[in-house]
Amino acid sequence: MAGILVVAETVEGEISGFTLELLGAAKVLSGEGGGAVTAFIASGPAQALLAHGAETVYTSAAAADSLAEVLAPAVEAAVAASGADIVLVAQSSLGRDLGPMLAFRAKTGVAMDCTGLAIEGGRLRATRSAYGGNARAEHTWKSGVQIVTVKGKAFDPAQAGAGGGNVVPVEVVGEARIKVLGVSKAVAEGIKLEDAQIVVSGGRGLGDPSAFKQLEELAGTLKQAAVGASRAACDLGWWPPAQQVGLTGKTVSPNLYIAIAISGASQHMAGMGGSKNIVAINKDADANMVKVSKFAIVDDYKKVLPALIAEIKKLG
Amino acid sequence: MNIIVCVKQIPDPETPAASFKVDEAAKKVIPAQGIAPVVNPYDPQATEAALRLKDAAGGGKVTVISLGPDTARDAIKHALAMGADEGVLLSDPAFADIDNFQTANALAKAIQKLGGADLILMGRAAADWDMGVVPTGVGQILGLPVVTVAKAIEATASSVKVERVLDDGFQSVEAPLPAIVSVSNEFGEPRYPQLRQIMLAAKKTVQVWTAADLGLGAEDLGAANRAMPLEALYVPKVESNVEIIEGDSPEEKARNLALKLRAAKLI
Repeated sequence: MAGILVVAETVEGEISGFTLELLGAAKVLSGEGGGAVTAFIASGPAQALLAHGAETVYTSAAAADSLAEVLAPAVEAAVAASGADIVLVAQSSLGRDLGPMLAFRAKTGVAMDCTGLAIEGGRLRATRSAYGGNARAEHTWKSGVQIVTVKGKAFDPAQAGAGGGNVVPVEVVGEARIKVLGVSKAVAEGIKLEDAQIVVSGGRGLGDPSAFKQLEELAGTLKQAAVGASRAACDLGWWPPAQQVGLTGKTVSPNLYIAIAISGASQHMAGMGGSKNIVAINKDADANMVKVSKFAIVDDYKKVLPALIAEIKKLG
Repeated sequence: MNIIVCVKQIPDPETPAASFKVDEAAKKVIPAQGIAPVVNPYDPQATEAALRLKDAAGGGKVTVISLGPDTARDAIKHALAMGADEGVLLSDPAFADIDNFQTANALAKAIQKLGGADLILMGRAAADWDMGVVPTGVGQILGLPVVTVAKAIEATASSVKVERVLDDGFQSVEAPLPAIVSVSNEFGEPRYPQLRQIMLAAKKTVQVWTAADLGLGAEDLGAANRAMPLEALYVPKVESNVEIIEGDSPEEKARNLALKLRAAKLI
């Protein structure tokens, strides 16, 4: 049996954007001979999944915000019912737990945070970053169900189509040993980093936490811009960890990424390598970030930024 | 309160990109010359959490486990110097090239051999393969609840309250003990071992257990028995098409960049 089961997630009752990317990836794999696309949703708009390419949607009695230990047996039942041998999970807070849990329950492996997926000889081959983005690793599975979590923004979202198909309830749910006491949202001022069209980011090379004031001013002169930082800058306490871009931070793929005094260590590249256009401002012409840029200024950011802000204001 | 902390030794993640080399045929990283391996950056936070919880409980024992080559003893020594009580090194040539499925299995066996614990702590992921799978894996094998990505942990005699870091906020949960908790960098700075503690650590016991000590045979280990074979490992190529913006002064370069960005409709 072959087939691809997508584990869907919701945000405020709607199918998440990340889930649409999983359906997009599933469609590609299906086209390569991966089999039929099906989906699992704890509870929520199953019809929307049918409209975005799932042929069958499995629903459960579990709440939409259930933890992995509650959902894992339900997903397992959906995998069995669908005959899928590939399970796509988002590299989200839930997916980080659910992917490994499904794999260990089924005594198979899980490839986390995958950026590339392909069907070869009827089986899955998954590509992911390792060693902080310095290396790429490609994995296959020895046997059994092939479980992956998919990196955000790695695949184009599925488009809505005619839809149609079945919604099948799954009865089984797992025991809730872990009790959720409360949830709070991280509060970021202004535009969310992941949604920004332009991201202005600073690194350890700024040498001074007050430089972020200038980065904020630059972002303020641009439309739909947010300020991020490298892990090194966040570790130094110069910028909030929730606004960190990189392997251990946020993944962004804005239209324009302006990297100021960031060398482009693999840790950072992993979070912004998908940006459509990169601009580097760096003293070091050999910095990795300069090499991957569309435009770069090799000079002291302290002298460049005020003039850049003034000129952008002048251009209006 | 008895706590087990699992730590890992990895190649230094601050290794400059230019010094990072891969033997593609062997599918292995070539150790960078003169750059010593380090404790996985998330693991001292797990040790720190263990030490604070032991203090808060008014006593107990913190045991550190590491799976790796003989050099991984240094990762254990680091935790002992922070204040952990005992160490166990899981070392065997048969552990080379195992995947996270096999690693979780070996750690679970070691935890069982130690007689279990009230709480098992690990870093949220290892910064080499960056999968973050092992805490959940060990939990599944031992049948214990797993709470991942903790920024704060409070324990009573029978339960643990954890503040978790989510993608877009925080979640507070409570799990019955024994449990496994993976600790994130948001937990806060781990203590820095002082000279006196480093000297004391030298006297602490580090047992060495082989695969056979854990009841693991050749059929469980080695690259041939990975659940997920590694088909390729390589350094991705970077092609540069950068246009360096010229100008007589930094200010002129800045003005030229602004004009370029406007012409390209990027701003």
